[in-house]
Amino acid sequence: MLMKRPLLAVAAATALMASTALAGAETLRWARAGDSLTLDPHSQNEGPTHALSQQIYEPLISPDMEAKPIPALATEWGVKDGDPNVWVFKLREGVKFHDGADFTAEDVVFSFNRAKMESSDMKELLVSIKEVRAVDDYTVEMETDGPNPILPNNLTNLFIMDKGWAETHGVEAPAEFDTGEETYAVRNANGTGAFMLESREPDTKTVLKANPDYWGKGEFPLEVTEIIYTPIQNAATRVAALLSGEVDLIQDVPVQDLQRVSDADGLKVDNAPQNRTIFFGINSGDDDLANDNVDGKNPFSDVRVRKAMNMAIDRDAIKMVVMRGQSAPTGVIIPPFVNGWTEDLDKYPKADVAAAKALMEEAGYGDGFEVTLHCPNDRYINDEAICQAMVGMMGQIGIKVNLIAQTKANHFPLISGKETDFYLLGWGVPTFDSEYVFNFLVHSTTDERGSWNGSRFSNPEVDDMIKSLGSETDIEKRDDTISKIWQIVQDEQVYLPVHNQVLNWGMKDNVNFPVQPEDQPHFKFLQYN
Amino acid sequence: MLAFIIRRVAQSVVVLLVVGLVAFSLFRFVGDPVENLLGQERTIADIERVRSQLGLDQPFPVQYFKFLKGIVVDGNFGVSYRQGRPVADIIAERAPATLELAFVSAVFALVLGISLGVYTAIRRDGWLSNAVMTLSLVGVSLPTFLIGILLIYVFAVELGWLPSFGRGETVKIGGWTTGFLTASGLKALILPAITLGLYQMTLIMRLVRSEMLEVLRSDYVKFADARGLPSRRIHFRHALKNTLVPVITITGLQLGSIVAFAIITETVFQWPGVGLLFINAIQFVDIPVMATYLMLISVLFVTINLIVDLLYFSIDPRLKADGSAGGGH
Repeated sequence: MLMKRPLLAVAAATALMASTALAGAETLRWARAGDSLTLDPHSQNEGPTHALSQQIYEPLISPDMEAKPIPALATEWGVKDGDPNVWVFKLREGVKFHDGADFTAEDVVFSFNRAKMESSDMKELLVSIKEVRAVDDYTVEMETDGPNPILPNNLTNLFIMDKGWAETHGVEAPAEFDTGEETYAVRNANGTGAFMLESREPDTKTVLKANPDYWGKGEFPLEVTEIIYTPIQNAATRVAALLSGEVDLIQDVPVQDLQRVSDADGLKVDNAPQNRTIFFGINSGDDDLANDNVDGKNPFSDVRVRKAMNMAIDRDAIKMVVMRGQSAPTGVIIPPFVNGWTEDLDKYPKADVAAAKALMEEAGYGDGFEVTLHCPNDRYINDEAICQAMVGMMGQIGIKVNLIAQTKANHFPLISGKETDFYLLGWGVPTFDSEYVFNFLVHSTTDERGSWNGSRFSNPEVDDMIKSLGSETDIEKRDDTISKIWQIVQDEQVYLPVHNQVLNWGMKDNVNFPVQPEDQPHFKFLQYN
Repeated sequence: MLAFIIRRVAQSVVVLLVVGLVAFSLFRFVGDPVENLLGQERTIADIERVRSQLGLDQPFPVQYFKFLKGIVVDGNFGVSYRQGRPVADIIAERAPATLELAFVSAVFALVLGISLGVYTAIRRDGWLSNAVMTLSLVGVSLPTFLIGILLIYVFAVELGWLPSFGRGETVKIGGWTTGFLTASGLKALILPAITLGLYQMTLIMRLVRSEMLEVLRSDYVKFADARGLPSRRIHFRHALKNTLVPVITITGLQLGSIVAFAIITETVFQWPGVGLLFINAIQFVDIPVMATYLMLISVLFVTINLIVDLLYFSIDPRLKADGSAGGGH
C-alpha cells in the first residue's frame, strides 16, 4: 500500500501534465439554429453564411467583436491624393492561402470582379465601384463613379479568394441558380483565415482546424484549435445540447430559456444589443389603401394618425411582457452604433392613449377604422407576439387591426410587391451608416433605391439629399445632411419604431467571448479563462 | 398475378403524377423563394431576373411539366435553391440516416408491439398487462415532439446518458453512411428510434392484443386446447399466425408513415435525414427539394401498398383461389 502512494502521485502528476498539454488544443463545439448555405463567399449575402465564411476567408477590412472595422488583408487604406474617386488599399505582405499560394493584388482584383458578377449576391454592395486595379503586388486601387466616402464599410463581408485556385477548379464565377450542377466552391474553401476547412456535411456538421501559418499569430488570442459547428434547428434541443454539455456555445438562446441557462452550473448567458431594429411600416403614400375599410382615402396619409399610432404603442410593455426584458425600446429605426444615431432620435414617447385618441379625433378618425396588419412568424424574436400586442394597443385608439401572421417566405414578398399597407419589418445596417437605411427604406422606389420602402413615402427633396450622401466627401457636411433627413423622417413619422433586438449567446463559463452585434462570432478572438 | 402487378403499377404511376400536380399547385402558397435567395440589398430588377431564371413566373402546370421533363429526359431532379447542389445528391446523402432510423424504429415497434400484444392478450387481467395497457395510452395520445423533448430532458440533460442531437460518429461504406458501427452512432439512435416508434409500437400492440383475444375465443383454439396441445404451441403457432394478416397491413402502411413522419422526430433530434431536409426546404421554399421529397414519399407508399397486397397472396390462401378475379384492395 505504502509503495503505491508515490506511484499514484506520479500518475496524478503525469495526468495533470497531460491535461495542461492538452489545454493547448482546444476544441470548440458551436451550434446555432441555421447552417451556412454555401461556402462560396459571393453566392449568398446572409448572416449564418458570412459567419462561417469569416472563419475561413478574410475580407480586406474585417469587423471585430464590436463590429468595428479593423485591418485584415489590407493594412492601410485611404482616398488617393488628388483623386477623390479612387480608394487605395495597401495589402498585407507574406500572407498565404490555406493551400500555400501567395496572397497578392491579383487575388483582390479577381475576387472583386467575381463579386460584381450578375450571379453574385454581393454585387449591390459594390455598385459604386467602376474598376479595381492592381498597382503593384501589394497595392490595389478602386475607382468609384463619384466619390464614395463610406466604401470601406461595404467591404467587411467581401471575401478574397485565390485566383489560381478558382481557375483550377472552374469557379471563376458564383453559381447561377439554374445551372443544374454543384460548383466546387460550394463545399470546398481556400481562404487566408485563421481556420481551415477540415470537413463539411451541409446541415449536419462542419469541422475547422486552426491554420498553422496564420498571419495573425501574436495579434489575436487564437486559443481555439478546432471548431465543430453543428446547426441545431429546434430551440429546445439546442438549449438541451448546451445544458447537457454536448456543445460549448449556442448563438441563439430563446428568451424563455435564458434563466434556465444562466442558472445552470458551468454555463452563462452574455448579451448585447443587436444590429437590428424592429418596426412597423405604414403606407402613407398611396391615395387609398387596399387593406382597410375607409373608402376613397388613406387614413395613414394623415400625419396625425401616424403620430397617434406611435403614441399608442407601449414599448415598455412589449419589452417586459413579450420580450421578457430582452429588447431596447427605441424611437428611431437604427440601432445605436450606426452613424447618424443620436440619443434624441432614440427617445420614444411614453404610451399615452388619451392624447393619441384626441389626435385621432382631430384627424377625423374618432370612430377609428379597420386595417390589416401583416406579420412574419418565423423571422424575428417573438415577431408574431409583438404584432398581437400591437393589435391590442391599436384597438385602444379605435383602429381595429386584423392580423395576418405567416411565414417569412410569404411575408416579405408582400413588402417588396407593395401589397401590404401595414407590416412588421426588422432592419440591420451592415455598413453602420444611415445612408444604407435611407437608400432602402426612405428613398422613393426606383430601379436602384427604395426597394424596401413599403411606406411609399416619397419626397423629391429628401431623395436628392439621400443621393448627395453617396458622393459627399466632406464628412461634417454629410453628417449634417443625415441629421436633416432623420428629422424629416421623424417629423413625418414615416415608420413606427418598436425596439432593437438583443442577442443572447449561451456558453460554458470558462469561455471569454463577447457577443458580437451582428451575431457574427470571430473565433480567433475567443479566450479561455 | 402478373396482370395484377402490371395493373397496380399502372395505377401507381397515375397516383404519382396526380401527387406531383397537387404538390406543384400548392407550392405557391408556401411562399416566394426569391426573397430567400437574394440578400436584403436586392433590387426589384434582381427579383424579376431570378424569378424568370427559375421559371417561377410561369403557371404551375408549366413548372410541373418542366420538373417532370427534367426527370424523364435527363434523370435530373433539379438543383436545390437553398444549397446550390443537385437534389438527387442531397437526398442520396441524407437517405441513409432516415432509413436507418426508420428501420430501428420499425424493429422496435414490431418486436415490442407483438410481444407485448401477445402478452397482454394471454394475461388479460394481470396487473402488468393493465399497467402496459395504461402506459400505451400515453404513447398513442402524446404528440411526437413532446415525447422527444421529454426523452431529451431525462436522458440527455438530467442523466447525461445519451446524446440530445445528431447521429454521432458515422462510418462511410460506399455511398452509405451508417451509425450502426460506432458506439456513439448506436447511442444516438436510441432516443430518436423510441420517439419515432412509440406510436407505432402501441398501435401494433393494441391491434395484436384485440386480434389475439378474438382468435383465442374461436372454436379451433378451443379444440386445440381440448386436444391437449401445449398452450405455447396454441398461442404462437396457431393463434398468433392468424392474427397477422391485419397486423401486416397496418405495419406495412405504418412503415411508410414512419419514414414520412420522421420529419418531426428528425427536427427535434437534429437528425440529418430527409425529413429535416424537407422542413428546411419548406422554410426556404426550396421547390426542387420539396417536389422530389413528396414524389419519393409517394413512391414509397405506393410500393409498400403493392408489397402488402402481394404478401396477402402468400399468407392468405383464400386470395390465391380467386386472385384472377379480385385483388383490388
